[in-house]
Amino acid sequence: MSTADLPVSPVQQAPTVRIGALQWLRANLFNSWSNAILTVLGLGLIYLLVSRFVVWGVLDAVWSGPASACGEDKGACWAVLGEKGRFILFGRYQYDEQWRPLLFLILFIGLVGVSTFRRFWGRRLGIAWAVSLVVMCVLMWGGVLGLPYVSHENWGGLPLTVILAVSACLFGFPLGIVLALGRRSKLPAIRAVSVGYIELARGVPLITVLFMAAVMFPLFLPPGMNFDKLLRTQIGMILFAGAYIAEVVRGGLQALPKGQYEAADALGLSYWQKTRLIVLPQALRLVIPGLVNTFIGTFKDTSLVITIGLFDLLNAAKTALNDPVWRAYYVEVFLFVALIYFCFCFFMSKYSQSLEADLRKSARR
Amino acid sequence: MSTATADRAPEPNAPASNEVMIELAGVNKWYGEFHVLRDINLSVHRGERIVICGPSGSGKSTLIRCINRLEEHQKGRIAVENIELTNDVKNIDQIRREVGMVFQQFNLFPHLTVLENCCLAPIWVRKMPRAEAEKVAMHYLERVRIPEQARKYPGQLSGGQQQRVAIARSLCMNPKIMLFDEPTSALDPEMIKEVLDVMIGLAHDGMTMLCVTHEMGFARTVADRIIFMDRGEIVEMAPPKEFFSNPRSERTKQFLSQILEH
Repeated sequence: MSTADLPVSPVQQAPTVRIGALQWLRANLFNSWSNAILTVLGLGLIYLLVSRFVVWGVLDAVWSGPASACGEDKGACWAVLGEKGRFILFGRYQYDEQWRPLLFLILFIGLVGVSTFRRFWGRRLGIAWAVSLVVMCVLMWGGVLGLPYVSHENWGGLPLTVILAVSACLFGFPLGIVLALGRRSKLPAIRAVSVGYIELARGVPLITVLFMAAVMFPLFLPPGMNFDKLLRTQIGMILFAGAYIAEVVRGGLQALPKGQYEAADALGLSYWQKTRLIVLPQALRLVIPGLVNTFIGTFKDTSLVITIGLFDLLNAAKTALNDPVWRAYYVEVFLFVALIYFCFCFFMSKYSQSLEADLRKSARR
Repeated sequence: MSTATADRAPEPNAPASNEVMIELAGVNKWYGEFHVLRDINLSVHRGERIVICGPSGSGKSTLIRCINRLEEHQKGRIAVENIELTNDVKNIDQIRREVGMVFQQFNLFPHLTVLENCCLAPIWVRKMPRAEAEKVAMHYLERVRIPEQARKYPGQLSGGQQQRVAIARSLCMNPKIMLFDEPTSALDPEMIKEVLDVMIGLAHDGMTMLCVTHEMGFARTVADRIIFMDRGEIVEMAPPKEFFSNPRSERTKQFLSQILEH
């Protein structure tokens, strides 16, 4: 008897369960006496905090005007941002030219926004990035097309933070991949160099690296030869981020089943073909959460350049508070800066989640 | 196919040519202290089909993995088409291009579609234009009877289908020799047949094959010689009829009685 002759039971739908809001509340928040008490207490605490913040930050707040309009008896003094906001965002960039870093930020954020859609990935997007990079440089430095030259020593605020973070991640990423591959190389010399580098870079705090880049490194250069402090800082951050990224990538390389390497070998692929076509696409996919973790960390680590006197977002905010008239309103200023950091980091986190889901969908295991 | 008729079919057991494709002479291998391969001597002729069986840990997988250098041997000589396997990467690459391998766990690339899996090596190793590589791939996917799955990802296929894709992927390189490392051991029973059918088809076409398997029906039907290995040694090597009806060594008899009882 073949299977075709067997009686087939009719297709049945899975029973649906309807849950109303009230039932959900009962099941999740009030399912026992102790839970009910905790729920009520929790709600009370949330109400207390939120209502106080709303009164302070919205209802009693002073939104504009001179410092004299704010005071002890009033709420938040958001007026400080109207006065100091531009300095916080753009640092010591020439006041009349600050539309340029603003345009830089808009261009950058716009491009990142477009790049998040996978259907735009391709040659055109690459060209768009290359062209925009030139435009961004022209905007920031100027000196051509009638734009007055602005030395990068005057760059500051959010653009500087973005430049430091993006360059560290962008160049640290390939460096990290090379180091991770080196650490798993069969050649002892390459392995030793990679391990040594990674352990050294991870073994010192970033502040030390920045100090070395800013202060010590010039001492070793022959007199008369010097290159720029911003560039040195960037290189320091790239080298530092590279070591962390290397260890994340190595995790992915190790998680890949041995059979994948063997299948690629058996087909006659060379080492680099195997690495580029088989190993990395899978390994990097596996470590997206770890990579984004490192990127977020790097973004926030840029605030450490405060120690070597670069005017990144945080340092600009701190400097703005040196003004005795507005000094009292540091909470507002730091909340503003924290919100900016949060927006960037939260975006990275959310995007990595959606990218993961997207990649999972296109290649179900 | 039914084994009863194929058993008597003459063509699978037709004599192979005299040209030696694979030559192993005095091959030894150790994993640390453990002696995995002991003095292996074996010549495989063009078109010959060899089945290797034996208890687990007897070194049968290691033996065929030495032939395309997934494992290194430490003593003795292995030559494929008169190219000796040494540390010379050029030789290794040349041999791997001519030797296809099918694994127990399929080892398809999960991030590539079935078609991309098949085209990858022809495009990158043989430098074939993509359109041609796709044509070749579709030809072999038809041959393993799953052309309709070409655009799917391996994770969407059943085990038997995945293994057939793996065979097609190897065939796309147009290899002269195929190595099978327990190709049906990871499959559900009802899928074993579809894979064995493809392998029997290959054997009929005169492919030189070395197959590690416990499928004794397949061995009986297809093999020119059956090798029994135990503790790293070739204990017995004989044509199927002789191997099953008149094994010489005690260990072979024991092994056969264990696997044929069921």
